[in-house]
Amino acid sequence: MILSFDLILLLFVFICAIAAITIRDLLSAVVVLGAYSFFMCLLWTEMAAVDVAFTEASVSAGIGTVLMIGAVSKTKRRSND
Amino acid sequence: MTRDSHDVIVKTLARLLMPFMVVFALYVVMHGHHSPGGGFQGGVILAAGFVLLVISHGLEQTRKRMSEKVAEIISSIGVLIYGGIGVLCLILGGNYLDYGTLSKLLRVTPAEARSLGILGVEIGVALAVMAVMCTVFFAIFTAGESSQDDRSVK
Repeated sequence: MILSFDLILLLFVFICAIAAITIRDLLSAVVVLGAYSFFMCLLWTEMAAVDVAFTEASVSAGIGTVLMIGAVSKTKRRSND
Repeated sequence: MTRDSHDVIVKTLARLLMPFMVVFALYVVMHGHHSPGGGFQGGVILAAGFVLLVISHGLEQTRKRMSEKVAEIISSIGVLIYGGIGVLCLILGGNYLDYGTLSKLLRVTPAEARSLGILGVEIGVALAVMAVMCTVFFAIFTAGESSQDDRSVK
């Protein structure tokens, strides 16, 4: 466990999380959320929770992004609120 | 996105990638009890193979291979394998999912029976997760088509 590496990854996770909820374009928000899942996966691996990281990579960054893109394609791309 | 793409590059790449994805998913399922991975992750990777098939060959082509009815049957079979192994342990005189008692049936030592029992459970979980992920995926991507039919019935 390397503390500086942890902090850098945490910073990326933080940036992606803030970006995902502030971006108005829903498709971009989904892609940023995929990036968030990937950084979260790296963080889990770094904290030696490899099984959780595997689940995060396959479910959240893999299938979850595809399902959310499908949901966005059924609605409008711009958010109204 | 869900129509048949006429792009040769996409179709060829999907055809090349598909066997590697399936073999990796089977590896993840089979090594679930020794290394990171397991039934859930392997099932999700198997479902990702179907997602790749939808993107490259279209939804109609994929539904011929894996229709909603087949997905329902496979998910039920997965749950049946999981529950069946558990109940088999009960019948053989142990607790629910106590794989050690399977040694009487498989004629191996209890330690090997535990390894084989959890492998069977992982296979059941992988089948159920793959089928349910495919069901969710089809449900989201065909949402517009079926809901209009429902409205006309009401």
